[in-house]
Amino acid sequence: MKSKKALLSSAIALGALGLILTGCGSQAAKKSSDSPTKITAVGSTALQPLVEQAATNFEKQNSGISLTVQGGGSGTGLSQVQQGAVQIGNSDIFAEQQSGIKADQLVDHQVAVVGMAPVVNKSAGVTNVSMNQLRQIFTGKITNWKQVGGANEKISVVNRAQGSGTRATFESAVLKGKKAVTSQEQDANGTVQKIVSSTPGAVSYLAFSYIKGTVKPLAIDHIKPTDSNVITNKWPIWSYEHMYTKGKPNAQTAKFLKYMDSAKVQNSLVQKLGYISIHAMKVSKNAKNVVTKN
Amino acid sequence: MTPTRLDKVATKVIEVFVACVVLILLFLLSTILIQGVPHLSWHFLTSPSQSFAAGGGIVDQLFNSLYLLVLTLLISLPLAIGSAVYLNEYASDNWLTGLLRTAIEVLSSLPSVVVGLFGYLLFVIHFHFGFSILSGAIALTFFNLPLLTRSIEGALAAISDTQREAGLALGLSAWRTIRGVILPAALPGIVTGVILSAGRVFGEAAALIYTAGQSAPVVNYTNWNPLSSDSFLNPMRPAETLAVHIWKVNTEGVTPDAVSISAGASAVLIIVILLFNFLARLIGRHLYRKMTGNSNK
Amino acid sequence: MTSIKQELRHASKATREDVFGKVITYCCVAVIAVLVISILYFIASRGIATFTVNHVSLWSFISQTSWNPGLLDAHGQPQIGALAMMVTSFTVTILAAIIATPFALAVALYMTEIAPNRGARILQPVIELLVGIPSVVYGFIGLTVVVPYIRHLFGGTGMGILAGTLVLFVMILPTVTTLSVDALNALPGYLRDASLALGATRWQTIHKVLLRAATPRLLTAVIFGMARAFGEALAVQMVIGNAVLMPHGLVTPTATLTSQLTTQIGNTVMGTLPNNALWSLALVLLVMSLIFNLLIRFIGKRGQLS
Repeated sequence: MKSKKALLSSAIALGALGLILTGCGSQAAKKSSDSPTKITAVGSTALQPLVEQAATNFEKQNSGISLTVQGGGSGTGLSQVQQGAVQIGNSDIFAEQQSGIKADQLVDHQVAVVGMAPVVNKSAGVTNVSMNQLRQIFTGKITNWKQVGGANEKISVVNRAQGSGTRATFESAVLKGKKAVTSQEQDANGTVQKIVSSTPGAVSYLAFSYIKGTVKPLAIDHIKPTDSNVITNKWPIWSYEHMYTKGKPNAQTAKFLKYMDSAKVQNSLVQKLGYISIHAMKVSKNAKNVVTKN
Repeated sequence: MTPTRLDKVATKVIEVFVACVVLILLFLLSTILIQGVPHLSWHFLTSPSQSFAAGGGIVDQLFNSLYLLVLTLLISLPLAIGSAVYLNEYASDNWLTGLLRTAIEVLSSLPSVVVGLFGYLLFVIHFHFGFSILSGAIALTFFNLPLLTRSIEGALAAISDTQREAGLALGLSAWRTIRGVILPAALPGIVTGVILSAGRVFGEAAALIYTAGQSAPVVNYTNWNPLSSDSFLNPMRPAETLAVHIWKVNTEGVTPDAVSISAGASAVLIIVILLFNFLARLIGRHLYRKMTGNSNK
Repeated sequence: MTSIKQELRHASKATREDVFGKVITYCCVAVIAVLVISILYFIASRGIATFTVNHVSLWSFISQTSWNPGLLDAHGQPQIGALAMMVTSFTVTILAAIIATPFALAVALYMTEIAPNRGARILQPVIELLVGIPSVVYGFIGLTVVVPYIRHLFGGTGMGILAGTLVLFVMILPTVTTLSVDALNALPGYLRDASLALGATRWQTIHKVLLRAATPRLLTAVIFGMARAFGEALAVQMVIGNAVLMPHGLVTPTATLTSQLTTQIGNTVMGTLPNNALWSLALVLLVMSLIFNLLIRFIGKRGQLS
């Protein structure tokens, strides 16, 4: 009797585990036959909110497609889409600029433009620097704000993570091949914003949408970091948000990418999230950072 | 100084240290609660999150955290009990057992991001589980197992050998003794172990970013079929947990009320853990009484 | 006759049950073994690739301080020197353990020796709650409370080893305390009785008898805490500053192995040198946690002998 009970209880435990495992098995089987097509987009955490919201809206109109949007970083996005593990790889940088990616296998879909600006803690007492000064600040040549006409406050540089899209964009536009001083590195816009706003003398750079509260954006050579200056490339620190597919996308993925490009997304969602619509741009930039007029 | 004086002084010093620890906890709790509780409302708890507009809630994240916890325990508890029984009751004290113990301990000190990426490559990509609660639960099992195994083993070891001898003397097999005598007696210890590990599961973020994912799809709370893709019980859907949500709104959040969401969510997390602790303690005591017939503990 | 013969020849019900139980527990252990082996193999194979596939010299990995996997140095070698991060990781870990130990011991003594009933009832939930606070929240409290305070006291950015130590100290406190409580509880009661019967005060008993008898297990508790601190990522990452520099003091930004790993891993591509280099950092963590565990076992053995 008792041993039967033992058997039963362990069988239940094992059965529960089995149920979960078979559950997913049958789930996978069902998926292939009649249930909605699954599209997974992985990559850039900065781009994730936009794609996620667009995906939710898109799913409402297209019941046959189920979208999953995840972060994980641009490097992860590009390598996973290259391996064919996901359908869309979100990236802040051109595939050509990421080492280890065979860019010719991937098709680029640019969905938005993001402007970035140097930001300082309000104690710096500076609102404008020249491009040269900015370069010297980030290469460690200028170490006190009073050298650029600000308060007597030590500069502490907060850089972005090596290999992140934001850093690549900033370095190509500002440092021109010079090596940045080894300093603090933070991965995310939100964290940088918090650190800069609370650390006296801190300087970093942020996407436009994160410049709020007590962090002060810097103008460069008296050009203000605004959307209208980005559109004409007068403000040079900007980049595309990319959604890469491996080769030509399948019909459903193409439909979603087309939706991302539509006026519905570009004119409302993109702007609400602080990006600049891809259609508004008067110039374009290629992977080698050469800017041409449209 | 006389020994008696010294004794008094030492006791005072210990009490001061203890008071410091309690104060640290009170400070942490009050910081989290004071910042968070004003943002709590029925609306916050029952509405889905927003990716950029203000006024989002955390209902999905809260449920996901709980569901993930249940699934993780479902996978890791039997395994942990089994291996703790093995280590404490069956294993002989040789190099193999030592190796096994070391291996289990090594698991617990791995950085969670490494476990997350491992889970991502193996379960999400290789086994095609996708970003799912199941992948997350398996990844969390990695953290949970060492903690659970160790605390359950401790609970088993604390049972005096007379109990085992009594069982064997009655002609019961070792297995029956373990099941019928040792495990029930060790239950309060096991429950404590479960609470401790549940806390870790609840608070884990780094390992889940790559496994359970960081998006919370809209789910239907009236669909009880775990195989349907929009059911809240479906273990194969991506699920952002509360801790991941806190991490996300703080790092890349563009919602205007990110600060209050993060504070509110942290407060909810702490309150849930408090509740959980309290409940588990109650249940543990109740079970202990029921299974041992011992009512004076 | 035959029935008795049969009974003697075949395994009894109890034996069958026992076999059944053994099979179940062996299976559980086997599953865990498979998990451990797979993750060890996974990390080791990727971590070693830096040295075998990308031909980075192991010596420069452990002796250089510049970490720039994407760039080549003057000799055409990739700049992969993990020394600064290793030093920081060790410093933070050891300092956190040094601060946490007296607090953990005090709490453990209070719970076991001074006020076993009242103390345990209040402190047990306190300890469990400290475990329950997620590392993200620890990190943000560190960033918004500890870091500004340190900045206020010492100037600079406030980020660095000191901030990391303070955050880790609270995070490992529950681990060290719980294990210390176990260590003290495991001491046989006659030790206390004998000491008190000799006329020793409570403190003399604790100091001269209990702590000494429990030393091996208490050391184990501390090392467990250190292992935990060594592997902690999210919270440390937020307060340490993430600058791959040799630490010059307690309040200058620096980076630990885990903080670097967590910050960079999403931005690198699987199979490339920068990615492999990060897995090498994970391998260092793994090796370190192995060493910590071997230490624990060694100390445990020594304790049994004496």
